[in-house]
Amino acid sequence: MSALRYESQVRSPLVTGEKTYHQVTEDIVRPIEGAPTRLWKIGLTISVLLLCFGAYSVYREVVYGIGEWNLNKTIGWGWDITNFVWWVGIGHAGTLISAILLLFRQGWRTGVNRAAEAMTIFAVMCAGQFPIFHMGRVWMAFFVMPYPNTRGPLWVNFNSPLLWDVFAISTYFTVSLLFWYCGLLPDLATVRDRAKEKWRKRLYGNLAFGWTGSTKHWQRHEALSLVLAGLSTPLVLSVHTIVSFDFATSVIPGWHTTIFPPYFVAGAIFSGFAMVQTLLIITRKVLNLEDYITMEHIEVMNKVIVLTGSIVGIAYITELFISWYGQNPYEMAAFKNRYDLSTPYAWSYYLMMSCNVIAPQFFWFRKLRRNLLFTFFMSIIVNVGMWFERFVIIVTSIYRDYIPSSWSTYYAPTIWEVGFYLGTFGLFFTCFFLFAKFFPVIAIAEIKHILKKNGESYKEAMDKEENESVEQFVHENAHH
Amino acid sequence: MSVKKFIVGSFDDEKVLFPAVKKVRKAGYKLHDVYTPFPIHGLDTAMGLRDTSLHTAGFIYGITGTTTALTFMGWVFTKDWPLNIGGKPHFPLPAFIPITFELTVLFSAVGMVLTFCYLCQLAPFVKKHHFSLRATDDQFVMVLEVNKRTNEEDAKAFLAAAGAKDINVQEAEDGWWLGRYDKEDILVKG
Repeated sequence: MSALRYESQVRSPLVTGEKTYHQVTEDIVRPIEGAPTRLWKIGLTISVLLLCFGAYSVYREVVYGIGEWNLNKTIGWGWDITNFVWWVGIGHAGTLISAILLLFRQGWRTGVNRAAEAMTIFAVMCAGQFPIFHMGRVWMAFFVMPYPNTRGPLWVNFNSPLLWDVFAISTYFTVSLLFWYCGLLPDLATVRDRAKEKWRKRLYGNLAFGWTGSTKHWQRHEALSLVLAGLSTPLVLSVHTIVSFDFATSVIPGWHTTIFPPYFVAGAIFSGFAMVQTLLIITRKVLNLEDYITMEHIEVMNKVIVLTGSIVGIAYITELFISWYGQNPYEMAAFKNRYDLSTPYAWSYYLMMSCNVIAPQFFWFRKLRRNLLFTFFMSIIVNVGMWFERFVIIVTSIYRDYIPSSWSTYYAPTIWEVGFYLGTFGLFFTCFFLFAKFFPVIAIAEIKHILKKNGESYKEAMDKEENESVEQFVHENAHH
Repeated sequence: MSVKKFIVGSFDDEKVLFPAVKKVRKAGYKLHDVYTPFPIHGLDTAMGLRDTSLHTAGFIYGITGTTTALTFMGWVFTKDWPLNIGGKPHFPLPAFIPITFELTVLFSAVGMVLTFCYLCQLAPFVKKHHFSLRATDDQFVMVLEVNKRTNEEDAKAFLAAAGAKDINVQEAEDGWWLGRYDKEDILVKG
C-alpha cells in the first residue's frame, strides 16, 4: 500500500524519537528557560571582544579617513567590498530555505529555517557596514536617500547600480526581518505562556504582540507567510543580481561579464549553506536538538552545497573560456593575471578554485555527506573559498590598470582593515548567541505542524499498513 | 469590546476536534473561536470562516510601490532636474527596473504585515484574555459564547460528549487592551 505514503520511502523521518506536541515545546523552549551555560558565556565574551575591536577599527577609519586602510591608486575597493559581497552572499541561504523551499513544499526546511533566517538578518547587518563606512565621511551617509534637499534639490542617480544596491539591501533586510518576526510571533507566545518569572512574562508578553492562536489569525498568518515567501523568492535572486551589477555594468576587464548575476546567486547560496552548516552543527549539539536537526537535514544541505559548488565551478570555467574565445586582449590579460602562476595574486585564484570547485566534490559520497566532523570542516573551507572568490574578482581585476607604472604596488590590508572584518564577525556572533539564548531556534509551530506527517512515530505506524496486502488493508480500514 | 461569558473546552487531538466543530455548529451553539498551537489546514473551512483577503491587499500595496517608484524616478529625471547624460534618454526604463522591483516588494511586504497586525490586533504592549495557556503548547481550545438561549449545563455536557476535556466557564473581555503579562488585570467585576 505504498500509495498511502505521504512521502517516498527513501526519506527518513524529519523528527526522530517518539514526540508529542508537548515534548516538542519542552525540547525547544528548555534552553531558553535554563541558566546560560559556561560555553555560551565564553562564546559571547569572545564575540563582544571582537565587536569592540571592530568598533575601534571603525573609529580609527572615521577619524583618520580611508587612508587607515591600505587602499591604493588602483585598488579603491579592497577588503571592504570583498567582505560586503561575502556577507550578503551568506545571508542568501536563509531566504532560500525559508522562502524558496516553502514554495517547493520541502518539509525539511522546518527544522532549520528559523536559525537560517536569523543568520540572514545578522549577515545583512554585517554586510551593510562596509559600503556605509567605505563612504569615508560616514556622517553624510544619508545622502544616498532620495529626499528633497537644499542642494538643488540634487537627486541621487537612479541609473547607478550602487544606488540599486542601497534599495536592494535595505529592502532585503526589511523584508527578511518582517518575515522572520511574523514566524516568531506564535513561538514567542508559546514561551510567554510557559513563563514562570515576572520579567520573562513581561518581556515575551511584549514580544509576542498578544498572539492567541485563534483560527482566523492562523489563516491570515498562513496567507501572509505564503505571500511573503512568494515576494522573497524573486527578492533574494534580485539582491545578489544587483550586487553583481556593481561589477557587471562597469567596463573593467574581468568585471564586465554577463554571466555574473546567475553565477553570483549560485555562489551566494553555496556560501550561505556552508555558514548554516557551521552554525547548526554547533547549535544542535550545544542545545541538544539532534532530534529536530537530524543527519537527514545535514545531508540534504550538503547536497545543495555540492550542486551550487559545481554551478560555481562551471561559471569559473565559462569565464576563462569566454575570455579566450572573445579574444579581447584586455579581458585575456585580466584572466592571465589570475591563472598565471608568476603573477602576485595567482595563489588566491588557486585557493579559490580548490576550496570552491574541487573540495565540495567529496560530497558525492554519502558517507562523507553524513560525517559531522567532515561537514563542519568543509563548511569552513567553502566560506574561505567564497571569500577568496570575491577577493579574486575585485583585487586581481583592478590591481593592474591601464597604466603599467602603477602596477608595482602590492595590495595587502592594514590591521584596521582586518579589524573591521573581525568586528563584523563579532557583531554576527554576538547577535547569534543572544538569539540562541532568548529565542526559539527552531520554529515550534511548524515542527508541530509536520510532526504527525513526518515524525518517526507516524512513519512507524505507516510501515505496518504498508506491509499489509490490499485485501487486508481494505478489510481493516474500508467503511461498509 | 465587552465582557462576555464563555464555555471553554480543550481537545488533545485534532482528529477529535474536527468532528466536534461540526457537531457544535450543527447544534447551533455560537462558536466563538478555536485556539490552536499550530495552523490546522481545513479548520477555518470547518468553522465556516471566509477566506482571507490579505493576498488582495498585498497585491494592491505592491502595485502602489510599482507606480510610486516609476512616477517618482520619472518625475525627477524628466521634470525636476533633467540631466543630459551623454544624450541618453531621460526615462531609461530598463535602468529603473531594479529600484521599481525593490519598491514593489517593499511596499507589498510592509503593507501586508501592517494589515495583518491590524486585522489580528497584534502589537507590542497589547494584552488579550487567554482561555487556556496550553493553547500555545499542545491543546486545541474550543470556546463557545454563552448567550441568552444557551443552557450552560447542556453546553458543557455537549462539549464533553464531543470529546473535550477541562471544560470550564470563563467571563472575559473578548477584545484587547494595553497591559502587561506579568500583572493580573481585573477587568471582570466579581
